[in-house]
Amino acid sequence: MNTLAALARVEAFAAEQAVPLATVRHVHLAPHPLVLVPILLAGEAAAPLAALVGTDRADPQLLVVRQPRDRDQRFAFLADLARIVVGYIEGRRGETELVEATRNHEEWERHLDAPQLIVPNCGGIDALRLLGRSARFRSSQGPYPVDPLVPILGRYLTWFAEDRAPTAGSSVCLALTDVLGSHWATGQSALEDQHLAALLAWIVPQHFAPPDGRHLTGAQAAALTEDPARWPSAGPATDPEFDTEILSPLVTALQRAAGDPAAERRAEDGLRAALRDRLAPTWNLMWQGIDLLAGLPEAGHDSHRWMVDRGRFTDFARAIDEGAAPQPRREGAVAAAKRLADLESAQESYDKQRALDDPLILAGYRVTGEAFAGSVVAVDAERQDTTGRTPKPRPHVWLRTADPVVLRKGTKVACAQRPNQRPVIVDVKREGEEYIVELELVDGMGRRAIPEEGSVPGAGEYRCYSTVLAAERFPPPPLPELAATPWTHGGPPAAYTPTGADHDEEWH
Amino acid sequence: MAATPPPNPAQNAARDPDVADRLAELRGPIPARHHDARTIAALTANPGCARRSVLDAAGVDKRALAERIGFGPRFGQSPFAISRGNAFEKLVKSDGGVTLLRLLCDELGLEVQEAAQNPDAKHALGDQWVDLGAGEREDRYRRTRDLVAASAREPGTGPVLADHPMLRLEVGGRAAYVEPDLVAFRARPRVPGTEVHAYGVTESAAEPAAPWRWYLAEIKSFAMIDGRADPVKVAEAATQSAVYVLAFQALLSGLGLPPGLVATDVVLVCPKDFSNAPTAALVDVRRQLAAVRRQLDRLPRIGTLLDGLDSGLSFDLSTDEDGEPLQGAAQLGKAVAAIEARYAPECISRCDMAFYCRDEARATGSTEALGRSIRDALGGVAAMRDVLALSGREDCGSDAERGVRVEVDIDIDGAVDRDLDFAEAARLLSVARRARLEALAEAELRHRGREAAA
Repeated sequence: MNTLAALARVEAFAAEQAVPLATVRHVHLAPHPLVLVPILLAGEAAAPLAALVGTDRADPQLLVVRQPRDRDQRFAFLADLARIVVGYIEGRRGETELVEATRNHEEWERHLDAPQLIVPNCGGIDALRLLGRSARFRSSQGPYPVDPLVPILGRYLTWFAEDRAPTAGSSVCLALTDVLGSHWATGQSALEDQHLAALLAWIVPQHFAPPDGRHLTGAQAAALTEDPARWPSAGPATDPEFDTEILSPLVTALQRAAGDPAAERRAEDGLRAALRDRLAPTWNLMWQGIDLLAGLPEAGHDSHRWMVDRGRFTDFARAIDEGAAPQPRREGAVAAAKRLADLESAQESYDKQRALDDPLILAGYRVTGEAFAGSVVAVDAERQDTTGRTPKPRPHVWLRTADPVVLRKGTKVACAQRPNQRPVIVDVKREGEEYIVELELVDGMGRRAIPEEGSVPGAGEYRCYSTVLAAERFPPPPLPELAATPWTHGGPPAAYTPTGADHDEEWH
Repeated sequence: MAATPPPNPAQNAARDPDVADRLAELRGPIPARHHDARTIAALTANPGCARRSVLDAAGVDKRALAERIGFGPRFGQSPFAISRGNAFEKLVKSDGGVTLLRLLCDELGLEVQEAAQNPDAKHALGDQWVDLGAGEREDRYRRTRDLVAASAREPGTGPVLADHPMLRLEVGGRAAYVEPDLVAFRARPRVPGTEVHAYGVTESAAEPAAPWRWYLAEIKSFAMIDGRADPVKVAEAATQSAVYVLAFQALLSGLGLPPGLVATDVVLVCPKDFSNAPTAALVDVRRQLAAVRRQLDRLPRIGTLLDGLDSGLSFDLSTDEDGEPLQGAAQLGKAVAAIEARYAPECISRCDMAFYCRDEARATGSTEALGRSIRDALGGVAAMRDVLALSGREDCGSDAERGVRVEVDIDIDGAVDRDLDFAEAARLLSVARRARLEALAEAELRHRGREAAA
């Protein structure tokens, strides 16, 4: 935990109101995200109990499993969910744009839109992962046939939850508490922030005000949200009290009603009503959270990151069309190494982009010693390196900062104003409580002997230089072809062939 | 590895009759609550909490106490989870051990003495399975001990699997009984290099003639999907199992047998993928074992803690003939407040007193309320008003503001409080505050620029 963010929590505690951790929105927000609140049965691996899902805040669809331990009902639920989710995804595949050929890639068509799935918390993403795993190997043939859309849903849910959600900067599958928590600091612990209602209570306490119109502070509103009867957990597990007092009797009633259609319908209506009541508060909170995010200005790199998401979506949707095999249970060595490299590089880009887009993120690096900020006190713009055949401009800039500078001589840094210029620290002098940092500009000044207009900072200008902004991107490590996986890493992975065992995994 | 656990000084303290009297006095005239594997495992999570140490040592019913002072805990288990857990355990044990032996042999590569020759023959297992579940705890513990002793005297006889064994462990000087789900007697790695671990590593530690050992099995109903289970749940199970292994080692030591006779790899039996079919994995609990042992030894010397308490202090929850409590909520609350706590947000899911402690941490503005990692990031400063003062904010009523040394609480492995100079924390916090204010001002400028452009 970064000290800046920790201090923000203390300030939020003192103010009894959340304080910003970001000044722009670092995730993309699609005009019509698909909001999904999944609920699983406690104690089971992936037994769906209910879901509230939809793109229209006024009209969510409620899916309910009457008997979550019943295999057929589970897959009937997944088929219903597939119709909604896959239908939504297909709806994003309208227009495309032409992407010109590059050295490594032929010309291709990229979708202009991509799906966006928003779940309440990281538990929700985990629920998608488990549902995806339980669905993607199923088949519409064999001893336990399922709806043909179920395995498609399984592949998509796996892509959302395992491929895109952990990738920094991707906005295709978001956990709302994570996103809100990275944009606001509350006066409570990170553990308590996982409760969507409590987190929102700190940010917008006025939405939690009692009917008498009394003013509430964030802390007071958060205290109210601890009543699970009024502000139930956003899942994927229900509260034990709800299970004991409401759900258990309803499930028993349904079992007793078996055989009597009228009684069965009554019992089922009761179950649906109870689950709808349970999910409705979370549904409303989801949209409050989305509105809050929509109120933040878009980050500078937003459209670039969404373009990457659109490209990945285009690729994956095409692979599905072409009948790609389900994602393997465990990735092979080469695929896993490539995935790790991708995740790392995505994280690096995202960190750098956020620091460029948002001074508050950049400020965090000043506390960790990866950045320093202050005013330029002197500039030698005419300085040249004359050791070579032609003299090269090598201006020196002196910056006074109160930040303790721990960076060594020779370190490359950059600032948000000119991210492509990477000056080198040539000297650091301490003056009382302050430091004077001498920087040499070596690039980003044009090709001529005299630096381009505006490429050298002027005296009196405020700059924040950071190593994070100057981080170079290294090419991904060379990896062997799949077929050349060495024996030390298990040898070449076997190609996927659907086996009977995939379709009818043991089931009791 | 076969080293005898070091003696526990806290035990000696509690055997001291004065200490025992004092603890009984604190609890009042009602029966003491007992520790179980779950509560012992929980101790390792927060060993420095004096409040919990004293309440646990005195055997006070913390749940009842918390309810009486208006902070009843809210955690519980779903009936669905409980019935699933019970159903799975029943299923695993339903066939008199055939399934279990098959798992031990086939999936874990263990050789089980005797039964290995004919694991499918159920009748052959009749005398291989013993249920130690009936009777009083003392009695069950004695029978478990007798079984282990007999088995050590005459290797190769007696049962292969023991259900519901009872073990005993000294916790802060009081005996706690713990019940592993199952003990698999006398198994050993069959072929070198075939031990399969939960994390997928195949170990080749086994020598061709590996010695026979006792293996402890834990039956859990969380799923192992594609060979992987929820790491949080596995970690919890491992810590609990370590308590059993430690108790078993104590039993062996008590019999004069080497503690190495119980394997430090425990057998975790879980449902496979999305089914009810059991699968098994070995979990190496040596690390957890060391942690549990260390924390039990470090449990603050109860005697020392008691010396610091007011003599009139009592957590007596008993009621008079009319059912009226002898002590009011206010009086109990005062008693609880008299013992120092070490709150962390994780306590909420582990300790019955947590809501009270959280309220206290918030009311006093302690950085504990925000979590350990936040407190560390704040340089270990204990009070939020001191954090604000050190960051350079004025008018926050802090001692630090007036130049008084504030208490900085550095959490070294959970138990050491030290009064340190706060210069380092002050430096860190003032940079953080300045950076934050400057960034917000710059963002404001950028925002205005955007608005002007629009």
